Amino acid sequence: MDGQALRPTASWENGTLAPVDRLRAERADSPTPGLVEGTEPGAGQKSAMFVHAQSFEDLTAEAEEEARRDDELDKSGECAEELKVLVGEKTIEEQRNNSISSESRSKEEDVSSEAWRSHRKHVFVLSEAGKPIYTRYGTEEALSSTMGVMMALVSFVEAEKNIIRSIHADGCKVVFLTKSPLVLVGVSRTCQSDKELLRELQYIYYQIVSLLTLTQLNHIFQHKQNYDLRRLLAGSEYLTDNLLHRLDRDPGLLLSAVTCLPLASSARDVVSSSLQAAKAKNLVFSILLAGDRLVTLVRKKDQFLHHIDLHLVFNLVGSSSSFREGEGWTPICLPKFNTAGFFHAHISYLEPASELCLILVSTDREDFFNMSDCKQRFLERLSKRSAYQALKEALKCPTYSVAQVGIPELRHFLYKSKSSGLYTSPEFPEVYHSDEEQERLMGLYQDLHSCLHHPTRPLRSFYRCSETENLLAWVTSGFELYLCFSPLGTKALAVSAVNKLLKWIRKEEDRLFILSPLTY
Amino acid sequence: NISFHGGESPKGTLRVKMVLLGSSGVGKSSLALRFGKDEFRSTTPTVGCAYLTRVVHLSDVTLRFEIWDTAGQEKYHSVTPLYYRGAHAALLVYDISKRETFIRAQVWLKELEKQYTPGSTVMWLVGNKGDLAQDRQVSVQEGQALANDRDLSFTETSALAGDQVSELLIYKKAVLGLIESPDLTKETFGNKGPKFKDGPHIYH
Ligand SMILES: Nc1nc2c(ncn2[C@@H]2O[C@H](COP(=O)(O)OP(=O)(O)OP(=O)(O)O)[C@@H](O)[C@H]2O)c(=O)[nH]1
Ligand SMILES: [Mg+2]
Repeated sequence: MDGQALRPTASWENGTLAPVDRLRAERADSPTPGLVEGTEPGAGQKSAMFVHAQSFEDLTAEAEEEARRDDELDKSGECAEELKVLVGEKTIEEQRNNSISSESRSKEEDVSSEAWRSHRKHVFVLSEAGKPIYTRYGTEEALSSTMGVMMALVSFVEAEKNIIRSIHADGCKVVFLTKSPLVLVGVSRTCQSDKELLRELQYIYYQIVSLLTLTQLNHIFQHKQNYDLRRLLAGSEYLTDNLLHRLDRDPGLLLSAVTCLPLASSARDVVSSSLQAAKAKNLVFSILLAGDRLVTLVRKKDQFLHHIDLHLVFNLVGSSSSFREGEGWTPICLPKFNTAGFFHAHISYLEPASELCLILVSTDREDFFNMSDCKQRFLERLSKRSAYQALKEALKCPTYSVAQVGIPELRHFLYKSKSSGLYTSPEFPEVYHSDEEQERLMGLYQDLHSCLHHPTRPLRSFYRCSETENLLAWVTSGFELYLCFSPLGTKALAVSAVNKLLKWIRKEEDRLFILSPLTY
Repeated sequence: NISFHGGESPKGTLRVKMVLLGSSGVGKSSLALRFGKDEFRSTTPTVGCAYLTRVVHLSDVTLRFEIWDTAGQEKYHSVTPLYYRGAHAALLVYDISKRETFIRAQVWLKELEKQYTPGSTVMWLVGNKGDLAQDRQVSVQEGQALANDRDLSFTETSALAGDQVSELLIYKKAVLGLIESPDLTKETFGNKGPKFKDGPHIYH
């Protein structure tokens, strides 16, 4: 591995989807990697970005901050005293050097038993009373066999006053996230960092909150500590299953960004303005999706949607065939917006067999007919113009080939514009066509991502050779870029490819990104 | 004769608000699909509620069914009153191969009876999955007895087998019941149909 820290910066913590008002006028024609946020390819042209994080309590940032603190303590040997007081995290060495009680030793053995070893990543959700709420793998019986372990883990967490974060046993990591009234446990045999695993557990937490609200969760457990939450989550396990699957595969969840349907900006603008015109008093967000790709998003002025909430909506729509029959109307909590309350979402496809799904989010639970009416008005406007035809055409090629970029050794890439919170990526080439290969490549990207966003030693760029591919990752204040080359490529070639690729993205940005997001 | 058409409701159409209630997995959405498209295919559980409209032309009147296919999952129960309030027809569905869904249907019935003045709603008790005779846990007699006791109409169906007659029967009888019902007049319903009233505020 050939890693190099050019300049350590902790830009991850600041890398939110916040609007950036500066330097927008100077959109250079041929960008260089030194670009500042707001002028990179794919950055929006108006001061208001369509996705925004900063105006809300950012629980992830808070947890990241904590994790970072732990990590700092963990890494500096002299902080041993504080380490004992503040964190329960033990490194592999520490555990092997017997600085851990015999009690936790036996747990360690359980965790590494055959049943646990067979899957790459387990996720458990428990109540604070130790009642199982969710397990990624296994049925009731499988769950009962691991019950003892989970109970022990939970009480261990409690005994340590909730400060244990992770246990590293050989080849296996157990990560804890306590989010009262829930405890989330991840058991992973991947090489992902604690931070990445915690981020994934956060997602699972938000998934559960989005179904019930935190207020309701708290209410339930205050009244009945022993409540079996599976009753309320029954029939929704598939949402969590699918989200975990996405976490392994979807670059958007890794990059904290969403991707768009490639569409000529003239057509997209018409779609956006048609959606903008179909407004209603309590309508907060109008979202048009094509499968997992955003076509456009129109929001109420001053109301912002967080990418996590958007991914939860994507997951709900993508996991349910029920919206295909008629119009769906459901309470939904957008936890990054507000953990206490429900929005009400009108979810329907534009046409029965279409991939185009419209989501209208209202604050009023009696707004069904108003939302239905908004949809009709949107459809009428849209079908009067040629844009609908253009949109349907664009659906036929929702992705593009990396060959279009014209860099021979380049196989694949991920490019995220930080200020817009949007990313673009070509389809997987032939060599990565199997599911296993795609997940392997995603795993490599995740590694690179961990290095670029290391809590204490973040890297600006990272080049890595292997027998199967060469990888380059590069982060600036404006963008994040991950490139995958054939193993024949050289480092010099990779570096020169960056400029070429950025030029190409700049040329195509009208089509690949939403440059002029609208509000009502 | 009854025929099914989509599209605009012509002048003089009666709007009929119909709600499907019952435990998760009893086949409410499958029945709705069978009504509307005479199809059967596996779907995921309903999220919140699905709204469908079906137009039925009778010889002397056209009916526009506005069907609220509710989610049976417990987490959505607190919003269900939004949908059954003001319904002209309610189908209380259970799965003949799962006794607990029959018991659950009786709980729904109690709930509904609190809300309704007799005669304003045509209520049906529907035992679905009739094709699963080998797994039957609720006999026809039991279903019929409950229906007689509470003054409901009763039928067994199978959304899977698509025994069209019984599905159409639901329509026909529901429709006839409605036409005979003095409450159903054109004036009763505005252009937008019944608006939601306030339900219990369990969701904050
Ligand atoms: N054998 C058999 N299976 C059926 C029948 N009707 C529905 N099913 C199956 O039962 C399962 C649940 O059906 P749904 O129609 O989704 O049930 P639902 O009542 O709408 O469930 P919720 O939306 O969760 O409330 C599906 O797998 C259907 O294929 C039937 O008549 N016979
Ligand atoms: Mg259903």
